[in-house]
Amino acid sequence: MAEQLRRPWPRGMIGRLLDSDLFYSFSRSPVTVLAALVTAVMMGAAAFAPWVAPHTPFDLATLDLLDAFLPPAWMPDGDPRYLLGTDDQGRDVLSTIIYGARVSLLVGFAAVFLAMFLGVALGLVSGYMGGMVDAVIMRIADVQLSFPTILIALLIDGVARGLLPRDMHEEMAIYVLIFAIGISGWVQYARTVRGSTLVEKRKEYVQAAQVIGIRPWLIMLRHVLPNVMGPVLVIGTIHLAIAIITEATLSFLGVGVPATQPSLGTLIRIGNDFLFSGEWWITIFPGAALAILVLSVNLLGDWLRDALNPKLR
Amino acid sequence: MTWQLGRLAAAAVLALGVSATASAQTFRYAFQGDAQSLDPHGLNETFTLGFLGNVYEGLAAYDADLNLIPALAESWEVLSPTKWRFKLRRGVKFHNGNPFTADDVIFSWKRTLTEGSDQKVRGGLISDITKIDDYTIEVETPSPTPTLVRELVWLYIMDEEWAVANGATEAESPKSAETSGKFASLNANGTGPFVIESREPDVKTVFKRAPSYWKEIRSNVQEVVFTPVSQDATRVAALISGELDLAYPIPVQDWDRLEAADGVSPLTGPEARTIFLGMDQARDELLYSDIKGKNPFKDVRVRRAFAHAIDLEAIRKKVMRGASTPTGLMVAPQVNGFNPELNTPYAYDPELAKKLLAEAGYPDGFEVTMDCPNNRYVNDERICQAVAAMLAKVGIEVDVLAQPKSKYFAKVLAQNDYDTSFYLLGWTPGSMDAHNVLQNLLSCRNKETRAGLFNLGGYCNPRVDELTAQIAAETDPDRRQALIDEAFAIHKEEVGHIPLHQQPLSWGVRDGVTVAQRADNVLDFRNVVLP
Repeated sequence: MAEQLRRPWPRGMIGRLLDSDLFYSFSRSPVTVLAALVTAVMMGAAAFAPWVAPHTPFDLATLDLLDAFLPPAWMPDGDPRYLLGTDDQGRDVLSTIIYGARVSLLVGFAAVFLAMFLGVALGLVSGYMGGMVDAVIMRIADVQLSFPTILIALLIDGVARGLLPRDMHEEMAIYVLIFAIGISGWVQYARTVRGSTLVEKRKEYVQAAQVIGIRPWLIMLRHVLPNVMGPVLVIGTIHLAIAIITEATLSFLGVGVPATQPSLGTLIRIGNDFLFSGEWWITIFPGAALAILVLSVNLLGDWLRDALNPKLR
Repeated sequence: MTWQLGRLAAAAVLALGVSATASAQTFRYAFQGDAQSLDPHGLNETFTLGFLGNVYEGLAAYDADLNLIPALAESWEVLSPTKWRFKLRRGVKFHNGNPFTADDVIFSWKRTLTEGSDQKVRGGLISDITKIDDYTIEVETPSPTPTLVRELVWLYIMDEEWAVANGATEAESPKSAETSGKFASLNANGTGPFVIESREPDVKTVFKRAPSYWKEIRSNVQEVVFTPVSQDATRVAALISGELDLAYPIPVQDWDRLEAADGVSPLTGPEARTIFLGMDQARDELLYSDIKGKNPFKDVRVRRAFAHAIDLEAIRKKVMRGASTPTGLMVAPQVNGFNPELNTPYAYDPELAKKLLAEAGYPDGFEVTMDCPNNRYVNDERICQAVAAMLAKVGIEVDVLAQPKSKYFAKVLAQNDYDTSFYLLGWTPGSMDAHNVLQNLLSCRNKETRAGLFNLGGYCNPRVDELTAQIAAETDPDRRQALIDEAFAIHKEEVGHIPLHQQPLSWGVRDGVTVAQRADNVLDFRNVVLP
């Protein structure tokens, strides 16, 4: 009996994916394919930075100060060893970008997961329980929404730094950032999930589950959650782009990750000092890398939103 | 809201008013930070004292070339090695109209010894002042002090009557919350050529020419508008766009940009400030290192290895863009006591450095944290990073902790018990004499005499102390120079500190504006002439 009830699995995961509406819409959009490719390449390079990067820019013993301020390889004074030139300490700009993207993406993903976890949990509880719980959570969300994200992140960052002892700032900087950006972004998830939960809660399958006495948290987790996750994934993708930008902004302002393990934002801040003195490559290339990364992720998010929206089909 | 709008409108009107008179004789300039207080005895910092030097004056002063000239004292003579007589200038009036007399000098000296004073070191050079008449005083020093008058340049004279009337008889320290913001921190009443017309801390200070001044000066400036601009790029942009007549410091990498821009030029020269590295040689175990139970810096071979591992020429070329002067001495050429023969830096020789480290028992090097300011000296943080990379090549792993100057100084100075293992610092002797350096940086630390107060690494050699005491009392220039040379030679042989370079003075000036760029980086309005 059990064998027959389970749906057959005819062509495997990949076959199913290739055959889906989602993949059809993906393959019909060249911009999306390009964005996906760029994102994949950048994430791959970042993930395998120690093997991909031509130099290890943060191993001080390999740096030579006399190599500082070399222009990109194709320019008159360029050095073929350094494709995109070197910065003020003689670090290879290409390698710093690859290692920097690693930090940016790590912070971005971790912050999104934190925000998603918080937002989905609070949204589910809020929508399912209703009443006082709902009112309290949603009013907090409203208050937070009335402030710009960057301001909230700055505030949390500042408070966290104030609480930590000074010599722990450097090592804790990444976690503080993840926490700050995560906390500043949970509201979108919570509101969306709450809305969907309100709809799902009135459907028969939930009522049936309630009638046979399943505990509320199990209903939320097993029955409601899978049905509200679609929009959450869309928000997650777009939020990833926002999180990366927020991290870059904070690092640019000097309250993000330290210069010893720079993210793209930190690199732009360092290079900014040299923008007007002619060494444009120190800031332009990390800036371009950040722009391309964020644009690609955003395009993917937009496509996902459209593809999953039944009204637009 | 309406209040806000009203304020904005008022500001707009004010701005219009200012720009209308701007063509007259208004001099607008910017620095990277603001004066920390208007109290002349509250903070011993070059910028704050230089800023207040346009309003307050000492008994003597420096001219445009740093020559000592009489100011509120007309003349002085040495009665005995520890006794001086000063003839004070007659007919000088404070800005509130009170006459300047001997009582004001005595009052100001006593004020530098009060609780909130940061000028205790200067006040402590004097043990007593006797008033002979209203315009003659006799000053006694606890020990012979040939550089007394040079130090008194920075001990500004305040009107006793004014201070008493306003409850400002005690120095007000900007470092302490209790006294900052009190009367003398916000108001000034000196004898200088300018008065402060309005002041918003960290925003704007407006100076007006005093109605009368006791001396003829070159300046034709009637009004000075000072704005602190902390961002380098903003300060440079404001100068180029014509909002400022002078801005400093200009980042060395922007010199070419100023050359290329119309109507402005960089004004550069050697500063008398020496930048150096110091190492903790006092503790038995370093606070910030992986070596436990002993202090590697106590071994002169380790200190020498550090000195030979640092390539001063590369720092000059790449970090300072060719604008620094690598040095082997703790004093600059402008400073009395400088000897070019001793100024050869330690040779750059990483192989020798490795050998020395191996001999000392650290063939694989060790780890140490370096304290570094990031907004105090020219390219300070970059120097530290470059030093870290150079030391990495001989196996020393340096962790650079770069912080803004307020946090940096709060950590490493005496008030926090010299909380550092390895640091970068710069020093300009206020008296322009080597004795100031020997006394503050090279002498063994002594809480009572306040010697070695800025000797953060605790370098200590009794012979250097002995020489320092002799130099203080020696009046014959040749014998004095020989003593200074001996002290610096010992210090160099023992690598008490590692001198790096003299940094450049880096100002940006509008064409047609004449200023005197003093080697102590002080802007004196008396020397500013507008076209």
